[in-house]
Amino acid sequence: MAFDNAYEAITEDNDDVRWAFGTGFADPLAGLDTAVPDGVDGAALAAYCLALADDALVMSHRLQEWVTNAPELEEEMALANIALDLLGQARLLYTRAGQADGTARTDDEYAFGRSAASFRNVRLAELPNGDFAQDMARLLLFSTWRLALLEALTASADPVLAAIAAKGVKELAYHQDHAAQWVVRLGDGTELSRARMTRGLAEILPYAEELFTPADLDRHAAGVGVDPTTLRSPVEAALTQILTAATLDATARQPAPAPEAGLGRDGSHSEALGGLVAELQSVARADPEAVW
Amino acid sequence: MVRAREVAEAVTDPELPDLTLAELGVLREVVEQPDGRVVVSLTPTYTGCPALGMMRADLEHRLHAAGFGRVEVRAVLDPPWTTDWITESGRRKLAAAGIAPPGPAGPGARRMGPVEVRLGATRRMVACPRCGSDSTEEVSRFGATACKSLWRCRTCREPFEHVKEI
Repeated sequence: MAFDNAYEAITEDNDDVRWAFGTGFADPLAGLDTAVPDGVDGAALAAYCLALADDALVMSHRLQEWVTNAPELEEEMALANIALDLLGQARLLYTRAGQADGTARTDDEYAFGRSAASFRNVRLAELPNGDFAQDMARLLLFSTWRLALLEALTASADPVLAAIAAKGVKELAYHQDHAAQWVVRLGDGTELSRARMTRGLAEILPYAEELFTPADLDRHAAGVGVDPTTLRSPVEAALTQILTAATLDATARQPAPAPEAGLGRDGSHSEALGGLVAELQSVARADPEAVW
Repeated sequence: MVRAREVAEAVTDPELPDLTLAELGVLREVVEQPDGRVVVSLTPTYTGCPALGMMRADLEHRLHAAGFGRVEVRAVLDPPWTTDWITESGRRKLAAAGIAPPGPAGPGARRMGPVEVRLGATRRMVACPRCGSDSTEEVSRFGATACKSLWRCRTCREPFEHVKEI
């Protein structure tokens, strides 16, 4: 095939969606039966999907911050891959939220068109990155909790949410495994790695309590969502198993009370989220017409 | 006349260009409607895989080029894609391209229920696609694409990629 220029060659018949690899995303749920089932409150379903999407987007962003900063190239690829999985989950969940509340908002509109105060992610996800050990502690807690949550959501009254969850379960199992391997390696490692892993866990584990605390959006989404109190037992069992393998004290975990400042699910966030959202949205705000 | 199914099945994966979408197991259904419309059902591999948009575009492009004017590509999420759907010929092509094909993911590969982790030496054996040696080691669980991990052969000393069981 002969083309006059490279652009023509890659666009072939002005099929603009193909102008560069991975661009021109259409609605990721296009063609799916997206009707909200009878008996399901669309607004409650949307709010619930939005919160799960915000968790994934914010956690994905924190993981992306490790790119060019990770201790080795393979680790950088691993964290970028995990971030990409979460970004994919966020896109599907945002799209589902836009269908469920009838606004037909797109994933980009949710990600780039909302203020930090309207994010509903758990605070664990927005914590600024610490050292590598601390962030592996966070990834372990986040992925263990989200894995338990998505496993339970495969029985959701909303078949689309259930299908998104079933896909996510497979991905989260890899994320959890990756974090667990590091926690064991660092905890059962040198004196220094052990000290830093211990410190990292001490920083992160107080944020666990929020994960098991029902917010209004959980209560309104009964049947569609999962009662977060039911996740405590499987998550703690998994953490105990991993921390024991890491020769770390699994019993020393003090269940901290829910943050006095409120729940991320209710819109109470730390200052850190503002900076994250500002960076996340900077290109979209500088050029609102941009597509990618 | 060429059937829409044949055209769609011959479209290759953008990241694993030796494999067709049919061999990868992501092509669920190709239906020619009485009104001439072609409806293709496609399953994403990983949720965030950027190849999905490319697959959609490639399918539409090839079907248009084959004379099918109206093409609709639908996403199917349920049941989720598994590497068990990669066909035998797909597995042979992967190996021939130096990529170790996935082992069985199986229905019980990821049991539903309590969250548990398998730590320690329960790693699966992956044979080197170059020399066939079973003496291999995983370098990184995450590779150049979401679906692959990075391995090394202790016998021939070559690195290779492995499509992860999912």
